[in-house]
Amino acid sequence: MKKTLFEKIWERHIVDTLPDGTTQLYIDRLYCHEVTSPQAFAGLRERGLKPFRPGRITCVPDHNVPTLNQDKPIEDPVSRKQVDTLEKNATDFGLAYYGLQHPRNGIVHVVGPENGLTLPGMTIVCGDSHTSTHGALGAIAFGIGTSEVEMTLATQCIMQRKPRTMRITLDGQLRAGVTAKDIALYIIARMTTGGATGYFVEYAGEAIRQATMEERLTICNLSIEMGARGGMIAPDAVTFEYLKGRAFAPRGAEWEKARVAWQNLYSDEGAVFDKEVHFCAEDIDPMVTYGTNPGMGIGIREAIPSLDSIDEAGRISFLKALDYMGFRPGEPMLGKPVDYVFLGSCTNGRIEDFRAFASIVKGRRKASGLTAWLVPGSRQVEQQIRAEGIDAILTEAGFALRQPGCSACLAMNDDKVPAGRYAVSTSNRNFEGRQGPGARTILAGPLVAAAAAVTGKITDPRTL
Amino acid sequence: MRNTFTILTSTCVPLPLENVDTDQIIPARFLKATTREGFGDNLFRDWRYDESGHPRPGFVLNQPTYKGDILVAGKNFGSGSSREHAAWAITGYGFRAVVSSFFADIFKNNSMNNGLLPVVVSPEFLSELFASIEADAGTQLTIDLPAQTLTNQATGRSEHFDINAYKKDCLVNGLDDIDYLLANKEKIERYESLVTSYKLQVTSK
Repeated sequence: MKKTLFEKIWERHIVDTLPDGTTQLYIDRLYCHEVTSPQAFAGLRERGLKPFRPGRITCVPDHNVPTLNQDKPIEDPVSRKQVDTLEKNATDFGLAYYGLQHPRNGIVHVVGPENGLTLPGMTIVCGDSHTSTHGALGAIAFGIGTSEVEMTLATQCIMQRKPRTMRITLDGQLRAGVTAKDIALYIIARMTTGGATGYFVEYAGEAIRQATMEERLTICNLSIEMGARGGMIAPDAVTFEYLKGRAFAPRGAEWEKARVAWQNLYSDEGAVFDKEVHFCAEDIDPMVTYGTNPGMGIGIREAIPSLDSIDEAGRISFLKALDYMGFRPGEPMLGKPVDYVFLGSCTNGRIEDFRAFASIVKGRRKASGLTAWLVPGSRQVEQQIRAEGIDAILTEAGFALRQPGCSACLAMNDDKVPAGRYAVSTSNRNFEGRQGPGARTILAGPLVAAAAAVTGKITDPRTL
Repeated sequence: MRNTFTILTSTCVPLPLENVDTDQIIPARFLKATTREGFGDNLFRDWRYDESGHPRPGFVLNQPTYKGDILVAGKNFGSGSSREHAAWAITGYGFRAVVSSFFADIFKNNSMNNGLLPVVVSPEFLSELFASIEADAGTQLTIDLPAQTLTNQATGRSEHFDINAYKKDCLVNGLDDIDYLLANKEKIERYESLVTSYKLQVTSK
């Protein structure tokens, strides 16, 4: 029987199957952050339970943390209570905890891969939809709600329906100046924001095989933005090279054993997917969004769609989105003024993103009047930025580096874009109010963000 | 043990927008609580209230004409963030069911884990339902979970809806997954003993 990568991993984790097909799925790794876990721990205590397998759980505060003065107590008492609650829960139950100032602190989806906590063949969950990120290493990783966090704490299992499978094949090679973020925004624009709902996606094809590990993390991260339960990429030499020597990755003889097992993690030739989609990498331009969901994206040189190109049922939502953004149908995006730039998040907060941003701003100056928040995805990324001298390039161009966290991606801390202002953001969502009440978000990759940061407007980075 | 769900007849609140994401249902700045209570007050916060906290008269929750236990929404309801706070906000406000032509996966699971029934209907049934409500705000809808049917009382038309047998059983009897999983613990331990795995222990170091 030919099997897909997804099926191989899924079947290995079935504890039990109910008559109606519902699967009791074993979970190898649970990541907890401070926002979606307190009610789960409270529920656990109410039932008089303890975590069933504490060694499989890692707790990292990231959503609510300030990106300045992390050595001082968090000023906002409500945020501080949430972070303290996570620390207390981790301490009481003997769970790994990487708090602020800890060398492994950062955004949980950056921390997991970079420490080798996320490994091929695993099942991984977290109360966060961008858990799909970890699929880049060849794992089944998906976001869950707080009730499911509680289930996983209590039993290391959750009850799930097996999703359908989809393979998205990206043939050919990317053109210069096009990033992994552009690949994802291009795919989502074509699939629409709900187009992969009910599916688990495997990314394949020449352009995916050529992608670095960090680029793969960016692509899998955004799977949820087309509704997919998760995204994954078969592990290969790129994956093994990335993982070898990382803190929690297997070592010595264990490493060799694991690597041999991981080499069987691929979709068999002739395995059948419920849906197959093909795209061509050469067709992709740097992308920007113009609306209020990540599916509303276009090539940076294109115009916003005209009203008559939108199907009738979607016109109310389309016009509502443009009204919120202060844009008109048919307008070009190039040249639109930009007030804020955010580089960071679990989508684009890794070292390659900072290298890309620095490559554009080097020798230029931050546009006057523009506010830029450059937020590393983790302490380790921050350290590497300094080690490579990228911080000096940024400082010379008028930028300042902040401390790690989710930051302006969802604006739970002080990093909020004011109402009516435009932000070019390397994060994952441009929903109304996502970056602050009334904030207007244009999603893009790190090169487009850098071009906006030095020109103060939407600019094709290839023309600089 | 949670509330049980069997048959519900109620008027509806219409929200004919597509792709309503969980950031609209409950904005991130209201996620700082450590309990499940109080989220209903901020349901659809930025559509419901202006910057100074005054109700926006144009938004459906501020129009006394529309009330009831059932929210009827456009396709792809609950997309985006996995925050279960969205389900808590909807139940906290008083809704017991949401009807749409399709739901985002995580939201759907979160709803059912909180006794909130997501009912998937055909796009045709949905647009007819919106038309009925527009013509008469008093239009009643009957959801019969044991029979898996939904009836628009204005037109008398019914449609069957899908739900998996396990989840239906949980909702009808007010049980949750943890009750089931805890009763199944021996199977989990047996699974662990059979599956050899590299060392996965994590530490705080």
